[in-house]
Amino acid sequence: MITLNINGKEQQLDVEDDMPILWALRDVLHLTGTKFGCGMSLCGACTVHLDGQAIRSCITPVSAAAGKKITTIEDMQNQKIGQAVQSAWSEIDVVQCGYCQSGQIMAATALLATNQKPSDADIDAAMTGNICRCGTYPRIRAAIHNAASKLA
Amino acid sequence: MNAPINISRRTFIKATALVAGGLIIGFSIPYAKRFLMPGAAPDVAPDGAKDAPKLPAPNAFLRIGSDNTITVMLAHSEMGQSIWTTLPMLIADELDADWSTIKVEHAASAPAYIHTTYGIQITGGSSTTWSEFDRYRQAGALTRALLVSAAAEKLGVAVESIKTENGFVISGDQKIPYGDLAEAAAKIETPKTVTLKDPKDWKIIGKATKRLDGPEKINGTAVFGQDIHLEGLMTAMVARSPVFGGTVKTFDATAAKQLKGVRQVIQVPTGVAVIADNYWAAKKGREALKVDWDLGVNAKLDSKIMLEEYRKMAATAGLPAAKAGDTKAALANAKQLIEAEYSLPYLAHSPMEPLNCAVKIEKDSCEIWTGTQMQTTDQLAAAKILGLKPEQVSIHTVFLGGGFGRRANPVADFVSEAVQVAKAAGVPVKTVWSREDDVKGGHYRPMYLHKANIALDANGMPTAWQHVAVGQSIMKGTSFEAFMIKDGVDATSVEGAADSPYLKSIPNYDISLHTVQATIPVQWWRSVGHSHTAFVMESLIDEMANLAKKDPLEYRRALLKDHPRHLAALNLAAEKADWNKPLAKGVFRGIAVHESFGSFVAQIAEVSVTDGEVKVHRIVSAIDCGLAVNPDSLKAQMESSVSYGLGAALQSEITFKDGKVVQSNFHDYQVMRMANMPKVEVYIVQSTEKMGGVGEPGLPPVAPAVTNAIFAATGKRIRTLPIGNQLA
Ligand code: FES
Ligand code: FES
Repeated sequence: MITLNINGKEQQLDVEDDMPILWALRDVLHLTGTKFGCGMSLCGACTVHLDGQAIRSCITPVSAAAGKKITTIEDMQNQKIGQAVQSAWSEIDVVQCGYCQSGQIMAATALLATNQKPSDADIDAAMTGNICRCGTYPRIRAAIHNAASKLA
Repeated sequence: MNAPINISRRTFIKATALVAGGLIIGFSIPYAKRFLMPGAAPDVAPDGAKDAPKLPAPNAFLRIGSDNTITVMLAHSEMGQSIWTTLPMLIADELDADWSTIKVEHAASAPAYIHTTYGIQITGGSSTTWSEFDRYRQAGALTRALLVSAAAEKLGVAVESIKTENGFVISGDQKIPYGDLAEAAAKIETPKTVTLKDPKDWKIIGKATKRLDGPEKINGTAVFGQDIHLEGLMTAMVARSPVFGGTVKTFDATAAKQLKGVRQVIQVPTGVAVIADNYWAAKKGREALKVDWDLGVNAKLDSKIMLEEYRKMAATAGLPAAKAGDTKAALANAKQLIEAEYSLPYLAHSPMEPLNCAVKIEKDSCEIWTGTQMQTTDQLAAAKILGLKPEQVSIHTVFLGGGFGRRANPVADFVSEAVQVAKAAGVPVKTVWSREDDVKGGHYRPMYLHKANIALDANGMPTAWQHVAVGQSIMKGTSFEAFMIKDGVDATSVEGAADSPYLKSIPNYDISLHTVQATIPVQWWRSVGHSHTAFVMESLIDEMANLAKKDPLEYRRALLKDHPRHLAALNLAAEKADWNKPLAKGVFRGIAVHESFGSFVAQIAEVSVTDGEVKVHRIVSAIDCGLAVNPDSLKAQMESSVSYGLGAALQSEITFKDGKVVQSNFHDYQVMRMANMPKVEVYIVQSTEKMGGVGEPGLPPVAPAVTNAIFAATGKRIRTLPIGNQLA
């Protein structure tokens, strides 16, 4: 048994210590907003926040989250930066297939939490680990600037 | 455009069955004769039959609830291309609906939803919008007519005195919401004709419209195949042969079965399936599994050696694909000659969502949840495996986490396998592919080699074009074979080359094809044959312009002078990119234009090369696709195509060594990422020409536009993709 704090709620899980957070969220808790894309920290689809930091949940075992706070896409609408990012995403109509977008939004919110006015270069650096096969990159870039101005 | 259109009873049917008090417009378009798959014949009455055909339920494609919601059923799959919004726009405009009340659902797998041209239920070929443009507008117009008649009856006024607006029927100062009329409208006899709006009266069609699937894709609630959870559903992963065509000799599941969460290990036709409580257990189980494979005939496969063989084949002519004049003689008399060989690798589609498929089998039925582009094929394959009738198999289409052609598998590979696993396991199962399974799993864009000899006259204009293409056929062995392969030539192997507009201005040409009989599974990859032919054709045109010492834009204009849609796209792109104005120091332009899927796209790339590193700064795109139903989603598709095509051109390749695929995940199968993504500008030619597609046509020109710019920058002609580190 392991206790995880997910979106502010303590949850008891009967899983192996080495199970990545991704599969605990998706297959055990059925919180499916966090996506599986590569399983090797190469695509960013599984990005969640661990104590506010963007991490790749596909390679982070649940044991590493004990005593820490996991935040997922499902909680973004309750957070100030999350709201700004989601509304920018909607204004610019960023999504296509949508599969990568939870991860993109989690990476973008983490970026804006530490950098209120990211430049294009900052965005490239922070977001290049998040693949979008649909190529929504130009709109993601625009939406991050848009969210930053909303928060300013 | 606004003449009355006949609505035969065979086309539209209304019923009240599904929602109490609601109106349902069902439909049964006479199915297309082309491409109809054996066994897929829809259950419609033959021509001349008096009674409306009996349709397998559900057949609705539009429902109006008494709560005023309007639900549009999609005969096509939403995979990012925004059809979830574009098709409802067609209905909503004709219906004068309140856009905020529109809801959307994927339709079931049923004959009623068969593609109006391709004869099976399919999303592909950049065809959804043009192929549904009439059907969906007619459904909207018919529904509006029924609501108006119902209102006229209710109010005792003439139909002509009634107008409709934003979800209301209006007569004088009376305003009735559609929902209140739905039940009465269901009892009105279907009119014989409906009149579609004059385009000048469109309120939604042609206007940039926000995606209806946006909100759920932003907050994580959108359901993809990967997200399906059912009571008792197990997760399965299949160990497949590391070499295509290999088979299981023996396997040892002892260690795998000891792992927590692993429930069963069973052999299936494609390998050995590990069935477990969740993905993590299935993955660990599969890693612990020992399989002894018979690698079969491909055990020594090596793509380098294959390419050498292609090269040898290209030395002689293949089967004729297009021919005119006396190419040999003209080549002998050439003032200047170009001799060039181009090659492109195998490519994986690698949609963001790895393949998956959930299957639940009952005694006389089977339910499948998956993101598929080709419901009919999947349904027939599942029925055959289970000994059921096709209509006993229901496919629940969920959002596709990208398709790009991969989810329209001609042999229903990922669905068949899931059905086999669920059948063998005796429990509901969701098969999940890892990214490695996806990259190594085949069904690739085939590797191609093109060899061309081109003669130019004293003015630098072409007099002869000899061209041999070598590669695997995509259509061979599929249900499309009979229509797409003529005299041994798969049209998709040479599309964009054999039918190139450039050839029309050249008196002598000879385009031929060697179809390679390899056992590597290949498949349509976004833009299909155009994904390689456009690179070859537009690079060759650039080589010719350079040899002729002419501006590459002017050279194209001269050759395409009788092709107004190519010209319109070229001219718009050139204007927006300021073709004649100098760029910043070190930045160079390249241009390409190509027609595919009925649309014409020109692109201008701005590129710099520093220490062998290619940086693409900006891509200016112009498209003539006829009417742009939703200009913003068109732009998104162009951006998407640039990203997908450019990523591949810069870095992606699948290669084989010792029979095995070398690449495995996104570290060695590299794709476009944020840091490499150029600025993309999209301009739309105002056009009333025939409608074409928008999902793919933005892809073919991007690679040659960039490599032509690289040539302008460095004098080095890139003839092999990916560009990789060829400039280092
Ligand atoms: S699934 Fe975690 S980075 Fe790709
Ligand atoms: S929206 Fe499809 S992968 Fe990003």
